[in-house]
Amino acid sequence: MTNHWIDYQHSDVMMNIGLNTAENHPVSMKWIQKAKDRGGKLICVDPRFTRTAAMSDLYVPIRPGTNLAFLNGMIQYALENDLVHHEYLINYTNAAYLVNEAYHFEDGMFSGARLMDDGIGGEKVVYDRTTWSYQSDEAGQVLSDETLEDPRCVYQLMKQHFRRYDLQTVSEIIGCPLETLQACAALFCSTGKPEKAGNIMYAMGITQFTHGAENVRAIAILQAILGNMGRPGGGVNAQRGQSNVQGSTDMAMLYHIIPGYMPVPSESLHPTLEAYHATSPGGYWANRPKFMNSLLKAFWGEHATPGNDYAYDYLPKIDKERSHIATSKYMGDGEIKGMVCWADNPAVGGPTAARKRKNSAKLDWLVSVDIFENETATFWKEPGVNPEEIDTEVFLLPAALHMERDGSISNSGRWIQWRYAAGTPPGDCHSDLWIVDRLFRAVRDAYQVDGGVFPDPILKMNWDYGEDASSARVAMEINGYDTRTGELLTSFAQLQDDGSTAAGCWIYAGYYANEEEPACQRRIRETEGVGNHPEWAYAWPINRRILYNRCSADPAGNSWNPDLPLFQWNGSGWNRYDVPDFNAALLPEESARNAFIMTGEGRARLFSNGMVEGPFPEHYEPWESPLANRVSSVQFNPCSTVWYPDDRADYASGAFPLVATTYRLSEHYQTGMMTRNMPWLVETMPELFVEISPTLAADHGLVSGDQVVVSSQRGEFQAPVCVTPRVKSFQAGGKTIEMVGILWHWGYAGLSKGPVTNDVAPSIGDANTTIPEYKAFLCQIRKVV
Amino acid sequence: MKKSILIDTSKCMACRACQVACKQWNQLPADETTFTGTYENPPRVSPVTWMRITFQEEETDQGVKWFFGNQRCMHCTEAACEIVCPVGAIHHTDAGTVDIDFNKCIGCNYCAANCPFKVISFDRKTDLPTKCTFCYDRLANGYQPACANACPTGAITFGDRGDLINRGSRKVMSLQEQGNSRATLYGLDELSGTGMLFILEDVPTHYYLPENPVVSLQARLWSLLFRPLRIFVVLAMGLGLWSNYQKSTQLKRRIIQQEHRKPGADESAG
Repeated sequence: MTNHWIDYQHSDVMMNIGLNTAENHPVSMKWIQKAKDRGGKLICVDPRFTRTAAMSDLYVPIRPGTNLAFLNGMIQYALENDLVHHEYLINYTNAAYLVNEAYHFEDGMFSGARLMDDGIGGEKVVYDRTTWSYQSDEAGQVLSDETLEDPRCVYQLMKQHFRRYDLQTVSEIIGCPLETLQACAALFCSTGKPEKAGNIMYAMGITQFTHGAENVRAIAILQAILGNMGRPGGGVNAQRGQSNVQGSTDMAMLYHIIPGYMPVPSESLHPTLEAYHATSPGGYWANRPKFMNSLLKAFWGEHATPGNDYAYDYLPKIDKERSHIATSKYMGDGEIKGMVCWADNPAVGGPTAARKRKNSAKLDWLVSVDIFENETATFWKEPGVNPEEIDTEVFLLPAALHMERDGSISNSGRWIQWRYAAGTPPGDCHSDLWIVDRLFRAVRDAYQVDGGVFPDPILKMNWDYGEDASSARVAMEINGYDTRTGELLTSFAQLQDDGSTAAGCWIYAGYYANEEEPACQRRIRETEGVGNHPEWAYAWPINRRILYNRCSADPAGNSWNPDLPLFQWNGSGWNRYDVPDFNAALLPEESARNAFIMTGEGRARLFSNGMVEGPFPEHYEPWESPLANRVSSVQFNPCSTVWYPDDRADYASGAFPLVATTYRLSEHYQTGMMTRNMPWLVETMPELFVEISPTLAADHGLVSGDQVVVSSQRGEFQAPVCVTPRVKSFQAGGKTIEMVGILWHWGYAGLSKGPVTNDVAPSIGDANTTIPEYKAFLCQIRKVV
Repeated sequence: MKKSILIDTSKCMACRACQVACKQWNQLPADETTFTGTYENPPRVSPVTWMRITFQEEETDQGVKWFFGNQRCMHCTEAACEIVCPVGAIHHTDAGTVDIDFNKCIGCNYCAANCPFKVISFDRKTDLPTKCTFCYDRLANGYQPACANACPTGAITFGDRGDLINRGSRKVMSLQEQGNSRATLYGLDELSGTGMLFILEDVPTHYYLPENPVVSLQARLWSLLFRPLRIFVVLAMGLGLWSNYQKSTQLKRRIIQQEHRKPGADESAG
């Protein structure tokens, strides 16, 4: 999140899109209700009427997979009706910048498109992004036109690009009545007024598409043109699913990054440390060599020296795509011999999960670390599977529950909060730290004894957290220290690239700077302020609660909303309720030129070269869709890798005429390990069901409780139906499109059992992030008689 | 001081934290439920479910509405259960909540049968009535009820009745000002005031609440006619129960004898 949970209370309009906040993040409703008590409005955009919709002021139905058309429609509405925040647009975004004359867009494709080998026998579009750039003068200064009238300025190109997304067209794509869409656009775009703040909150209903990252990008653009970034009550707010999923991504629990959101070094692009440093982008990222060298010092301590490039060669380099989908495929190809599945249950949670289970059988060994014996650990005894035919050796390491161990969790608002163990784990269960510490030491001992091809990265690893590994010692390493004195760092501004500092995650510097009273253990409520509670825990970076907060005030330093001043220039300095995200020593007009400190331009990028699909978001249909793309002849994201071409259903065949989407419930959590074993929760939601509309039910002669088989090109499962008016068909593209809503919490292990519904979901991912497209695909239902 | 719980249905999102917290505090076992075609589960209050969230869907001119109710003992001032109880086992506590004294209760089931909200359930295993206790055990120790404690949005709040009535009335007024003419404060006058106050956004029936809850004529007559004769009633019932017990004991004996006569009974007994 750019903002944080408590800050929701300041929103004038909140848009819940691709998210079911009441059901999946119930505590968020406390702050949403506070905003509503002040007169704030909640919009719920969702394919079905959820418990969030029941709490909302406006419900906007949307056909699965068309969020981008919707968001582009919102942008177009703001541009067309001049509801944008002009002063913000000119000063804090790149709207006035002039774009390369060679840049162009035609029929769904941007300039620079090249058809390339995708590495797995197919082809995909890979753009040459050189034309996605600015015009500059001889001195390298970017040209701009603050009148916004130059036809090559970003603003005019935007107007041209989004013109196709008028609400009438969008209505026909997404299947939402025009009047509802108009009401939604008028309500949300009312936050373009300088004193108003609008918040867009999202989750996996935005990201889990072949164009998921572009969805997020469209949200960012909409928030930037309405002047909603960097302000109390505004922001782009990704609600993370699990309490510490923010912490896990901060620590690089993703294949494409290393801690602190630095790119994972690649064999081809970064063979040396020098090559890695040379790719540092501009803005504050110019300091990346300091963060990187400090990370290497944290990893290899005294063995990381200027002479050996701080042991850069010890760090594994990525060779090819290593996403979830790719890894499973390599496993199936026999390329991967062993897997450690840590608090992960891909046998239920992965796309086309049956294939994942099948591929698991190709492994020599599998380690499952979980609080219960999950489906991944028991894939060999799934009903219908013969254990005698499986040679995989499976190890189950029982883990402690999060309440049974010390450590920090980082919430969606980036607040790092230390927690203490509330109890001791039962039996042989141990904390993750205990397990990983023992595991590492055993591996190191094995290398010590047996040697190996390349033992140094393991043998020379800086690994000493005590006999019984202490989470405080890990925390101090993450926080960072002076390698000469051992003194803990208080800010990432202290990091150096000369080996004099070490830090496990640069953005966390300062959260554990004091061994006795670390900032993340503080619990002091503010007595005055805007709800940022700066002395409650610690927010990365450097305890900043609202990112890009220079934008909360105008260039002269006056808060856009005088009633809610985050920063106010008093003539000689700033009156402030947050840690500045700018150089506060400068005069307001000067710091206003660098309001988005992480970008090279110092401005929000309405036009950007950072995405693989193009500088502006463009609507494509999901991989499997009942409709042809209405806005161009390019049917689906041309930059996505198609891993399994045969998995795609042909809509025209008529075999799979329904649209499916998958989602979660309040009562169960993810693959169900924490909840399907809890009788009180099982009682509330005892079994799997799928939701359909009364019209679809009538077509198939179904009433609530009847059993159906839900099938897709990839598999099928059986479940009872919930026939409800909360699900409705969509009128889109001249067709009536029916939807099947699928829950996915169940599996064959645990107290409450049920079929694995992700067996029907496709293994295709977003072109930027490879997150699978769980949220929109084709299916069919048939009544079980 | 009279205590109440204010349930603001405009803030309830049916997360059911209260329902689970009730089970956890009172250590009530889970029901073995099945999917019944709705999100609502367990399907009714029972000896192991003292409160539950109800779900009702309705198609209206303004689209679909989804109403979340909160079903449990209302802790009425004019409590039918208290009125009909032949032995005075049901009484109001110092906090104004309705409590059952199981030392006095004879398990006649009249309270459950006469409850206008149908929220007392009769446990056939123990022959005792069960219901929401308002967490009187927590109150007595200075804690708020478990449901109010668990509610993440402030939809369930606990406090002094006077304060809650003020707060509830203000909220209803503000809902009405926003154009919801159906908004009401339920429980203010119903049965001379119920311990559970509801801010309703729509008609009570959408929340499984009767429009006009009353103590039935039958219950009043029973109370009026028989209360003076209560001691005799108790005696008569005691006699009935004793004879019932005799009969059932004989029946049990007969069953046991039959079991013993079955072939193989000896082995299974080992």
